Amino acid sequence: MQNKFFSGWTLIKLYTLLVYVWMFAPIVAVVILAFNPHQFGSFPMEGFSFKWFVKLSHNSSIIDAFKNSIVLGSCTAVLTTAIGVPAAMAFIRYDFRGKDFLNTLLIAPIMIPEVVLGVALLLFIRWLQQPKSFALLLIGHVVLTLPYVLLIVQARLVGIKKEYEEAAMVLGAGPFQTFKEITLPLLAPAVLAGMLFSFTISFDDVTATLFWATAQNQTVPVKIFGMLRNSISPEINALGAVMIFLTVSTPLLAGYISRRFAKGKDI
Amino acid sequence: MAQDKDPAFVRFEGVEKRFGKVMAVQKMDLDIPEGSLVTLLGPSGCGKTTLLRMLAGLETPTAGSIYIKGKRINDTPIHKRNLGMIFQNYALFPHKTIFDNVAFGLKYRKISKQEVREKVEQALEMVRLPGFGNRMPSQLSGGQQQRIAMARAIVIEPDVLLMDEPLSALDENLREDMRREIDNLQQDLGVTTIFVTHDQREALSMSDKVVVMKDGVMQQEGNPEEVYNNSVNHFVADFLGHSNFLKGTVKEKKDRMTLVELEDKNTCLAIPAGQFSDGEQAEAVIRAQKMKLGYQRDFDKEPGMNYFFGRIVDRSYMGGEVSYFVELATGQVLHVISFVKRTPYRRHDEVFIKVDPEHCRLLKL
Repeated sequence: MQNKFFSGWTLIKLYTLLVYVWMFAPIVAVVILAFNPHQFGSFPMEGFSFKWFVKLSHNSSIIDAFKNSIVLGSCTAVLTTAIGVPAAMAFIRYDFRGKDFLNTLLIAPIMIPEVVLGVALLLFIRWLQQPKSFALLLIGHVVLTLPYVLLIVQARLVGIKKEYEEAAMVLGAGPFQTFKEITLPLLAPAVLAGMLFSFTISFDDVTATLFWATAQNQTVPVKIFGMLRNSISPEINALGAVMIFLTVSTPLLAGYISRRFAKGKDI
Repeated sequence: MAQDKDPAFVRFEGVEKRFGKVMAVQKMDLDIPEGSLVTLLGPSGCGKTTLLRMLAGLETPTAGSIYIKGKRINDTPIHKRNLGMIFQNYALFPHKTIFDNVAFGLKYRKISKQEVREKVEQALEMVRLPGFGNRMPSQLSGGQQQRIAMARAIVIEPDVLLMDEPLSALDENLREDMRREIDNLQQDLGVTTIFVTHDQREALSMSDKVVVMKDGVMQQEGNPEEVYNNSVNHFVADFLGHSNFLKGTVKEKKDRMTLVELEDKNTCLAIPAGQFSDGEQAEAVIRAQKMKLGYQRDFDKEPGMNYFFGRIVDRSYMGGEVSYFVELATGQVLHVISFVKRTPYRRHDEVFIKVDPEHCRLLKL
């Protein structure tokens, strides 16, 4: 018999645990240090306070960046979904010339380095002789997030049998009514997931946004990046903690809500 | 409802469908009388479903015209055709209750809420599932889902009811029951129905008319007895039931019979299907059930009967009847189905097969 306490499986478990610790320890450190009352954080902590959070809430430039991020993320989510869902419908349900080419083209941003994408859009705007603006930022983020929405919605559409739509049409529903009554409700989980993806990606994108953001349109990650260049303020830890809380809780909440709605409606 | 004296309630006129290089349906001409149940029968890929989908508007014909009640509907959009369709997997909307499923088609027909409720309840009663309105489709068994699909299709009072292999997803016992139920319902409602299937028993048992298809071409149409007993070609005879085929040369005509010399110089009398000239190659078809087995000693040589001699190489017991496989001197194996007798034939027994020429049909090769 092998040693009961030190078999191969124990090793694998231990190894996996270490990987997780390696991945999450820095994040946990940021969150913990956000509650450290001292200017220079170190372990063990001496005391516990919310003072950096309070200070953060009085920093108007960060609050502005926060607002920008939320507005940008929401607009991106809505716009990307509004473009992505009909596009996915076209790719899955209809046949037309150049379909594969167009699909690859729309998915491509996922494979192109963000730096390249950032510079490219910037050059394009310069060529059109337009100033950097919120609209540019929004377009950029839509390009960045569209592939995710397309992939998620397409995968779901493949799983929705065409017969449902056909049955609805034979029963007298026009194409638009069929979409509204049958396709969209069945697609809802994917649409929601796509929206969240776009929001989260837009919310914490740094690389490309650095190129596109103007002084008035700074997002939180860009702001953090800027702050890091000047000093290492514990405010950043607090800001990081807030960001982590938001990006983790939003999908969890959405997952919970969609499961509540989906009860007894499995396909 | 008889506002039209035209016998063709539904008419296909030279209808064709091509998918790329594949001809799914070729030059189809078919008339379907009002109130009848017509089956499109054939193996998978024969174009029967495509034909049905063209009538529904889910496919566009490459050529030809389709008429319902004398009106050409080629350019009528799907949702304006007023048809009821039942899909192979029912396609009940999984996110809607049974009530909403059945009521779905009524929403698009200007009807008051009260009337919708009444009609849905009436339809649910018809399929013997009253009070199921609040359930979800996933809570129903296969047979129940099938009935709801039925209710959803008939509640809109369609001009034509289309069924695409509706029974193939059910298990054997249930299928038999549902088949009878559909048959009864169709007769009660008197709705013109087109039923697509690859199951010959379904086709023969419930249809007023059977249309046999192969490779997109109609092989034969007629009532079940006609198609079964007077199959026009090898394919139809082979597809419907168990048939034996014996090749030979036409020798001479005798009254309504034709004498054929088989490959082993044995002769066979058969009823010709069509005109044959002497010396022509032909094929005699005999149903497995129409062959009688006997040992030499108790088998009288009746004049005017066909006899074949062979040896039983295999048998399989099927409850009420037994299948025997009899090898002739030529090496050809004939399939004989006979009722179980007290002393069944055994493997390696040498037997005679007797066939009445009335049950032999001569087909063109």
